[in-house]
Order: sequence, then C-alpha cells, then structure tokens
Amino acid sequence: MKAAAAGTGPALEARACSIAFGGLRAVQDFNLRLDAGELCGLIGPNGAGKTTIFNLLTGVYQPDSGDISLFGETVTALAPWARAARGLTRTFQNIRLFKELTALENVLVARNLGARHGIGAAVLGTPGFHREEAAMREDALALLAELGLDHRAGERSGSLPYGEQRRLEIARALATGAKVLLLDEPAAGMNESETTDLMERIGRLRKARGLTILLIDHKMRLVMGICERITVLDQGQTIAVGKPEAIQKDPKVLAAYLGAEDNGGGASGSSTSSGRGGGGGGSGSGASGGTGAPAAGKA
Amino acid sequence: MRPRELAAIGAGVVLIALFHWLLPHVLDAYLLRVVLDVGIAVTMAVSLNLVNGVTGQFSIGHAGFMALGGYVAASVTVLLPRALGFATAGAALAAGYGFYAYALFSVALVAGGLAAAGAGWVVGLPSLRLRGDYLAIVTLGFGEIIRVTLLNINAVGGARGFTGIPDLAGFFPIALVALVTVLVSKRLVGSTHGRALLAVREDEIAAEAVGVPVARYKVKAFVMSSFFAGVGGALFAHHQAYLNPASFTWVESIKYVAMVVLGGQGSISGVLVAAVMLAVMPEALRFVKDYFDALRQTYAAGGSPVPALVQFLAEKDLRMVLYSLLLVLLMLVRPQGILGTREFWSWKSTAPPARPRKAGA
Repeated sequence: MKAAAAGTGPALEARACSIAFGGLRAVQDFNLRLDAGELCGLIGPNGAGKTTIFNLLTGVYQPDSGDISLFGETVTALAPWARAARGLTRTFQNIRLFKELTALENVLVARNLGARHGIGAAVLGTPGFHREEAAMREDALALLAELGLDHRAGERSGSLPYGEQRRLEIARALATGAKVLLLDEPAAGMNESETTDLMERIGRLRKARGLTILLIDHKMRLVMGICERITVLDQGQTIAVGKPEAIQKDPKVLAAYLGAEDNGGGASGSSTSSGRGGGGGGSGSGASGGTGAPAAGKA
Repeated sequence: MRPRELAAIGAGVVLIALFHWLLPHVLDAYLLRVVLDVGIAVTMAVSLNLVNGVTGQFSIGHAGFMALGGYVAASVTVLLPRALGFATAGAALAAGYGFYAYALFSVALVAGGLAAAGAGWVVGLPSLRLRGDYLAIVTLGFGEIIRVTLLNINAVGGARGFTGIPDLAGFFPIALVALVTVLVSKRLVGSTHGRALLAVREDEIAAEAVGVPVARYKVKAFVMSSFFAGVGGALFAHHQAYLNPASFTWVESIKYVAMVVLGGQGSISGVLVAAVMLAVMPEALRFVKDYFDALRQTYAAGGSPVPALVQFLAEKDLRMVLYSLLLVLLMLVRPQGILGTREFWSWKSTAPPARPRKAGA
C-alpha cells in the first residue's frame, strides 16, 4: 500500500509535543522535522524519553499538547494502525514479533493493510481473493529475501536467532509499505559484525525504497556512522540537534552522558575520537545496556 | 472457490444427507441423540475458538449467545405461525406444509444467528478496552444478563421454559451447520483476516503498529463467533424441542471454554476433536456404572464375595467425578492442546511448542 502522501510538507514533523505520566514530565516541548529521505538519529541516556517519543509519533500515546504530522497531514488524533496506513511504522526495542506465527506470516500480517477483499470474499474463496493472497505471499517472500530471511520463511518466528528476529521486525515494518520508518534500537544485543551488516542493510533499503528513517540506538558507532542529523534528549528535553560531528563536541551532550563536572576534558577527549573509529570500548558499553558516550572513549 | 474445494464440499453435503437417512436405522434414539449433541457442541466450540483461540480474547459468555439464538429462533418457528393462524409449525407440518415448516426453520436459524451476532457486537465493544480477566468478567456478566432476562419474559415461557418447539433439527441441519462453521473458520484463519486475528492474539501493540486495526478485528471476531453460537442455539432449541434458561448458565459456557483450551487454542481440528471427546465423555462414562453393576451380579451369581471396589463403583454414580479426572489428566498430558497447533488439512509440524501457550490473554 502506497502512502497517500498529501505531498507537501516534511515526511514527519512533531511540533511542541509534551506528555506527562502522573508527575513525571516524560517529554517536554519536543520538536522534530524529518524531510523525505533523511536518516536521523535520536539519542540520549536511559530514561531520556526516546521510546516515549516513538510512542507519541506512532500513536501509542496521545500527547498532552502539541501536534504530529505526516507528509503535511495532521495525524495527532489517529490510531497507530491509521498512521501505518499513511506510511509510518516502527520496530520495537524489545522485539515484538508474533512469536507463534512463522516468519512469512509475520510479514503477511503487515500486508493486511493493502487487502481489498473482505471476510466474505475470504470465506467464499473468490478468485480475486486467491489472486490477492498469492500476490501478498510473493511480496512477502521478496521482502524476506531482501533482508536475507527467505530460508526462514516457514519457521516459527519466536525460534529464530536474535539478529534474524530483529531483521524480521524490519521486514514486517516495511511490508506495510512504510515511507517513514522508526527503528528503536535495531542493533541492541548485536555483535560488531552483525551491527556492520545491519548498517549496510539499512543504507541499502533506504536507497532502494526512498525511506525516511528515525533511529534510536545506544551504539554510537551505528548512530554516528549512518545518521545525517542527530537529536539528543535528556530528561525529556531536547538538548542538542545537529550533525554527528557537532553533537560529539557539544558540551551539553557530553555533560548529559558523562556528568557535568569537567566539560573541558570531555571536549578534548572527543576531539581525539574520529566517530566511526571509536573501537570496541564505546560500543561494548552500549551493548551491555549502559549508555555509550557519543565520544567513543569514556575515560 | 476452487473446483476441487467445491467438489469436496459437495461430497461432504451428500455424505451428510446419506447419514441423515442412515443413522436412524442403525442407531437407537439415545445414541442418535448423543450424535446430535456432539454436532451442536462442535459448532459451539469451533465458533468460540474464533474469539478465545484465534483472537486470544477470553470470553466465558458463549452460552448467553446460544440462548439468545435459541430463543429468537424458537420464537420464529413457534410464535410466528401462531400469529399467522397455525397452532405451531408442527401443526403446519402435519397439515401438509412440510416445506414451509423447513423454510421457516431455515429463517429461524439465520434469525437466531443474526440476533446473537448483534449481541456479539455489543459485547465486542468493551473488549476494545478490557483484557484478560476483566473481559472474562464482562462476558460472564453479559451471558447471565441474557439468561436472567429470558427467565423473566413470559411470552417465551419464563422459568417454565419454552415449550412446543417443533422437533426439526435432525442430523442433516446439525451436521451441515457444524461443517459450515468449521469451513468458515478454516478459510478465515487461512486468509489475511485470520492472520490479523492471530496477530491480535500474539501482540496487540505490534499488530496495531503494522497496520492491523485491532479494535475492528476484535469486534469482527466477536460478531462472527456469536453468529455461529446463535445458530447453534437455534439448532439446540429445535433438537430438544424445549428451551429453559437453566440450560444456559455460565457452567455451559465453561464447558465450551474447556473444549477450546483442550483443543489447543487456535487449532480448529484440535477444538473439533476436543468438542467431540468432551461431549461424548459424560455419556460414555454412564457405562462405567453399568459395567460394574453387571460385574457385581456376576460375582453374586457365582456365589463369591463381591470385591469392595466393584461394589463401590456399582453403587455410586461417579460419572462426573471421572469426567473431571479425565479432563485434568488430558490437560496434564497435552497442555498444548490435543493436536498442538496442527490442523488436519496441513499436517506440518512447525516445531510444536513444548511449553503450553499462555492461556487466554
């Protein structure tokens, strides 16, 4: 299903979104503008509100105030599935596959959006319905192949290896015909080579499908390596927006990650790190659930 | 529908018609009655499976929909002819209006189904906001509301029960409805809509995120499930030729839930087998007492002392105790359901999960 884009306006825009849970102001005055085709990152220490923002953008939560629009159309009041129908989908931090279903079925579920034949046609088994099912199956298999999962098509998704489950989630999200993809820690728990493989895949998919991507991850190598623009959150507030190189040097960001005391030291430390070459230390700490600092070396 | 499927269904219908003619010749009235009970149980369990097994909701109000379908259908066949000048449809039948009686019966089946489907829609709405235990309580309450309401409507007999219902539901209609229920379930589950229902069961948030309108599908599941429950109730009414609200307590609903759970929460074939087993078991267990009674008499005739156990089993009616024990035993042996996730029509073993599925929600 192609997103019926109203055409104009940024792919995804959040304007002054805020949400509080009881007394906790989880996200305050959040602004974001993703132009079509951009790949942006959203980072911040644990509890900064990154996943809450994903939930706001996709409609799991309603913001207390503020607006969200998709290709110029305001979608603030729409349910998640309706946003998916307009081209916005996501993956989840803690994998949420339909575990008892096969890999193929997982992808097929996401094709439900494009189904033109109702339950009546399905029960009667009209020729049109059978054609549609066959076409869906073909599309889904092609998508699985694109993510290197075609050999797993008939396997129960819950029993796939971890990295493949993550990829299957991406395949499932793409099957909706997504134009805007929100990836919540796609590389969590992956090792170095898997992360590299994932980075390449994301890059390829984006190019092939003209995707707009917003990415959360703790692996700085991933975020700094492929994101064009990064938004940094701390305690629900946006503390920096900019290019990766600028973010790495931003004193506020360093303070958020490393503590406030010596900004000078942090800044000088970042100047020695050249982003991508950060090495095992930074990404290792990311994988272990801690917060990898934007600058690769912590000490 | 593909030619091969059409042929298979046609053959099924012919076979049912054949059995309809054959069964009264080979079975006594009691056994025929058991067979018909089994047919209705299959319809009820397979339809409940759409909500409890496939969609992963937890409804324990299925008997309420059955009651509604039964009473509405009986009203059509009994009250309508009365209004038209015939005493009962049975009288119409006797007066040479056989065709009309069956036409009326067909209308009654559909009317019962539609009435229950409407109620299913109403019950489906709270399911949008409630999960697991909470939804169970709501459906339980709804079933009881229907029962108590019927209990207080004098036009349908109230507590005395609804009498004078023509005995029109023989093997043919009952087996046909069971077949249709199974076929519709099968085709639904194999389609994109069925996969959407399964996705709702597996993970609502993820389903919604990839474009499945979860709320809509839940309501659809309830509507379809209760439609067939209503038709099942209509058959029940015209098979028993009598209705009483006491037949539709929540215990009856639990019976169908047990069939779904034992059947494997989503496996249509498994639920079908479980429905047959659990519907036959209480009847089959009657013979336990008879057997030991005969054994006791053999001992007595031979002059030897009767063992205490034989004496005990011959005297006490332990039918429901044994039934419960067997149920517990089956759940212990096959926690994943009788057939697991497999179906008769696709006997693949997709790595059958060793652990039981999480029940209900």
